[in-house]
Amino acid sequence: MGTVDLDIRPGAEGPRGVAEATPRGRRGRFGDPIFRVLATACGLTVALGMFGLAAVLVYNSWPAITGLGTHVITTVAWSPTTGEYGALAALTGTFLSTLVAMVIAVPLALVIALLLVELVHPAVARVVGTAIEMLAAIPSIIFGMVGIFVIVPFMQDTFVPWVLSTPLGELPGIKPGETFQQGGVSIFTAGIVLAFMILPFITAVSRDVMAMVPQVTKEAGYGMGSTTWEVMHKISLRYANSGIVGAVFIGLGRALGETMAVAFLIGSVYDKLPTSLFDPGTSIASLIANTFSEATDEIQLSALIELGLILFLITVLFQIAAQFWLRRVQRSTGGRA
Amino acid sequence: MSAVAQTESALPMRRRSVTRRKAVDLLIKVLSWIGAWFGIAVMAFIVWEVVVRGAAALNWDFFTKSTPQDFTASAGAGMANAIVGTLVITGFAAAIGIPIGFLAGVYLAEFGRNGRLATSVRMIANVVMGVPSIIVGVFAFAIMVRPVGHYSGIAGAVALAFIMLPVMARTTEDILNLVPNELRESALAMGVPRWKVTLGVICKAARGGLITGATLAIVRVAGETAPLLFTALSSPYWLTGLFGPGGFFGGPTANLTKTIYDFAGSPYPYLQELAWGGALVIIIAVLGMNVLVRLVFQRGKKW
Repeated sequence: MGTVDLDIRPGAEGPRGVAEATPRGRRGRFGDPIFRVLATACGLTVALGMFGLAAVLVYNSWPAITGLGTHVITTVAWSPTTGEYGALAALTGTFLSTLVAMVIAVPLALVIALLLVELVHPAVARVVGTAIEMLAAIPSIIFGMVGIFVIVPFMQDTFVPWVLSTPLGELPGIKPGETFQQGGVSIFTAGIVLAFMILPFITAVSRDVMAMVPQVTKEAGYGMGSTTWEVMHKISLRYANSGIVGAVFIGLGRALGETMAVAFLIGSVYDKLPTSLFDPGTSIASLIANTFSEATDEIQLSALIELGLILFLITVLFQIAAQFWLRRVQRSTGGRA
Repeated sequence: MSAVAQTESALPMRRRSVTRRKAVDLLIKVLSWIGAWFGIAVMAFIVWEVVVRGAAALNWDFFTKSTPQDFTASAGAGMANAIVGTLVITGFAAAIGIPIGFLAGVYLAEFGRNGRLATSVRMIANVVMGVPSIIVGVFAFAIMVRPVGHYSGIAGAVALAFIMLPVMARTTEDILNLVPNELRESALAMGVPRWKVTLGVICKAARGGLITGATLAIVRVAGETAPLLFTALSSPYWLTGLFGPGGFFGGPTANLTKTIYDFAGSPYPYLQELAWGGALVIIIAVLGMNVLVRLVFQRGKKW
């Protein structure tokens, strides 16, 4: 639909039928090269778009790259009034919130993928799989809203006070630092919500990868008397391990760049390093989201775009790594499942 | 003694009692069920929260009146201008992103296939899909807002279209690859030019999947906020047309997601209520379309 409607039956356009082939063929001589060039140009647009984006980011962040040097990534002060733009706190917050998210999401995604591939009937797997995939369809802003109105009060009133009352509360990294705000708005809360945002991506990729493992290999395992778990971790996971690495990298890339939910939940402490997971902080993406439109002077805007460039390079690196690992598993299993 | 140890270590399997192996197996099975139910429960919980909190805000005013200019208002405002703005921005984004993305997918599936160039394009498209949407927003700001000196709806639409491109290209490719080669061969054997074979035969055969792919790509960007933060910005006014300071090309354009972000972060209960209403509208549209296309075009999946 929406494309050229062509009936290919001979004679469909009247009694002349096949006799029409010659003029049509001549038209085709012009149509084909044009169509081919057009399609190729669109293909190239997609590819060149990424290089264009990179070039634009480099050009616009040049004043900060030359003017501020390495200060942007090595210092902590973020103050438009003094003209200091050190985003080490944002880098730290990005790293820590992603770490929390990965620690929760990866094992969860792997057990769900195991369930979908090995344990249930394909029809059940489709329903459960779709439900999990729907998590990916929920916009980031809604995760942020539910996070700020529902999860934050719970963390603040119940979870964090409980953790801090146990002996764990004295451990470095958990013991509240000087910026502590009751633990509701914190790196930990942002990480938890992030975990459920990246869960569907890691689940879907690892499910597909596990499904690529040839059935005969698994049957051989069962034939030896292995249990489902033994087949999974000694055969499926070993066979698919480079694919699982790819899945993890895809989730990692998503978590690093996730913006809206994190902007709601991580707090907005730009100029202090967090010393605890329950401290508020900021991430690169949420720092950009919150301060970009108020950036008045040239160098601040440029510093923010430089941070964007850094985030871009990091995520591209993880995506390329993910593609590399996924291609490897595809080759070892002989292509698609 | 050492010979025994060597044999031991060479053996890949350790002796374990059957009971223990079965217990571990059962434990993993239980864990995966718990994990799956937990994931579904989180999904249901989010939808439930949005429905319960959002339903209270939905009324006639919500769909007919514009966002309040007086933040302390407590009634009589709505989100209609933002809903219209989101539809216009998304519409323009689709008009730019869908045709280009579609043709790029045609290139990958029909012309480039496994050539070196197509392989690179495919790889880059996969990478671009993982680029954070806020980066695309910064990019659109740098090329569409900074040079002209004002925010505009079209800048937001361009950002969304950029996000759509690789998604559309890769889904189109995947769907076209599902069409059996015999169909191409028989059409070509009839002497039909290649472009007519592609558009009229291959795409017609795959139209269910193509429509599903395009719809999901549109729905995906319709819920995006980050790319609009410093492109379309937001506005308490209605769009006044395409051009001029109140128009789509000429100035900030109201949209649902940025408005939700502003209102949810405000201290005023009425604004927060409107934000929940907006969230409900978005979640109904996004999940509704997802379920709808899956149901309607299930047939399209036969290839």
